[in-house]
Amino acid sequence: MTKQDCEQSSYQTKNNANTKSLRNWTMVWVVTMAIAAFAPRFIWDFNTSLTIITLLVNLAVGFRMLVANRDYLRGLDEMQQKILFDAMAVTLGVGLVVGLSYELLEDIKLIAFEPEISHLIIVMCLTNLTAIIAGHRKYR
Amino acid sequence: MKNRLKVLRAERDWTQAQLAEALEVSRQTINAIEKGKFDPSLPLAFKAARLFKLPIEDIFDDEVETK
Repeated sequence: MTKQDCEQSSYQTKNNANTKSLRNWTMVWVVTMAIAAFAPRFIWDFNTSLTIITLLVNLAVGFRMLVANRDYLRGLDEMQQKILFDAMAVTLGVGLVVGLSYELLEDIKLIAFEPEISHLIIVMCLTNLTAIIAGHRKYR
Repeated sequence: MKNRLKVLRAERDWTQAQLAEALEVSRQTINAIEKGKFDPSLPLAFKAARLFKLPIEDIFDDEVETK
């Protein structure tokens, strides 16, 4: 095996391509989400047809992003997959427990504002990030 | 699980990256296996055995590594 062989590693090449695909579809999804959220109010004055089309495009791009994520996960090796699957399990658990407790806070009058889904998503993102970093450190 | 991956790799003068490429895994995975922090699946262990042209039990040992 030569150094040149290493640089052309099929695993790395496939992994890089999958990462780029996931990044691109995520960016497109974020843009379509922003359009679906703001355009009806600021651009086309809540025109129903345009709003529905934008939502459908956002959903379709979202599903394509999920496919890209699936391909990305399948392309990883078994240890990288384990790190991500473990992180996902922690994220799902934390999301469920924190989400339900957070929702309960308003019901039992411990907070005055209505719980926002975005807060839960932030918690889940931070949990996922922390769990992935912890996973990589564990196997380092 | 103990393994002789590092020794076998060194005997052939391969880097972790080269072994990773041959086994189609990341270099981090090779490092973790060599350090005994990650146990490879059966298919990956067989792949390593084929690569080194050795019986699988000559590479991997069920005995727990003492640190």
